[in-house]
Amino acid sequence: MASSISGNLTAFESIATTTVGGGGAASVTFSSIPATYTHLQIRAIDVEGTGSDYTYTTLRFNSDSGSNYTRHQLLGNGTSASSYGAGSLTGISANIGSLKAGYFSGIVIDILDYANTNKYKTLRSLSGTDQNGAGFVALMSGLWQSTSAINTVTFTPGTATFSQYSSFALYGIK
Amino acid sequence: MATTYTPIATQTLGSAAATVTLSSIPATYTDLVVVVSAAVASSSGDLLMTFNTDTATNYSYTTLTGNGSTVTSSRSANRNNIPCDYNGWLATTLGNHNCIISVMNYANTTTYKTALTRSNNAPLGTDANVGLWRSTAAINQIVFINNAGSNFIVGSTFTLYGIKAA
Repeated sequence: MASSISGNLTAFESIATTTVGGGGAASVTFSSIPATYTHLQIRAIDVEGTGSDYTYTTLRFNSDSGSNYTRHQLLGNGTSASSYGAGSLTGISANIGSLKAGYFSGIVIDILDYANTNKYKTLRSLSGTDQNGAGFVALMSGLWQSTSAINTVTFTPGTATFSQYSSFALYGIK
Repeated sequence: MATTYTPIATQTLGSAAATVTLSSIPATYTDLVVVVSAAVASSSGDLLMTFNTDTATNYSYTTLTGNGSTVTSSRSANRNNIPCDYNGWLATTLGNHNCIISVMNYANTTTYKTALTRSNNAPLGTDANVGLWRSTAAINQIVFINNAGSNFIVGSTFTLYGIKAA
């Protein structure tokens, strides 16, 4: 039996959206992020080039390109599963980016306690692209070793540019 | 800032059903999220998903999955549906299985549709899946069945949310 529920869950708010136009984009940045939420969520689809297979999108906070990031991942490539971790990185490989035109990656990234100035910043993500005969899905975690509140998030494609129709949406969770 | 993450509909089964359909989905959101907590009457199987009325071989998926002993990955192309789980499949006990599905940019009429799922059946396994529907049509309906052909049991719930980007 179907039922309708009315009303919004008021803790989840849309902050900003960027959709890439016909010329592609060398990066996507969310800036001036207010410190009034508890967590951030980024929901996105992307293609980062032409060909096939996948790449990793790099994420940085507050324009910090120092060696202040670490990450781990579980990756499935349709044939086998693997694990990887690294520290002292200049950015976090936060998600799978598709390299096949028309076959967009789906991406959900949670950034926890982003405005808390007493702790380092942690993110987790679920992302993947299926390309009907190839496919890649990953669970990732990342750490920014800074107690600064996050006010800027920058995505940089793993290869050339974010392709047209790639879209990144930033949400705040109270 | 615009408040979003809107409940659209919930189906709580008052009688067993072979199929659960979330229909008349408005095109006014950006992403859909479906939260499933379900069980089947017999013969545990996978939770399968199709969009609109398309049951042709326009679907594919890739999974990353663990069963408590091993972690593996597999994929399947040119399918009639998208499995939302693998080792974390539906069981006969309500509450053992849960699945959260994000259907990204579902109303976009330019791109193929990608769905991310996290599925768990604690006694059995856990999965992260990515599915693809090779259609640029906006999604207005989501249909769930299970591959064992068994009915979803009374008390199974399927809740649909819409998330709208600014």
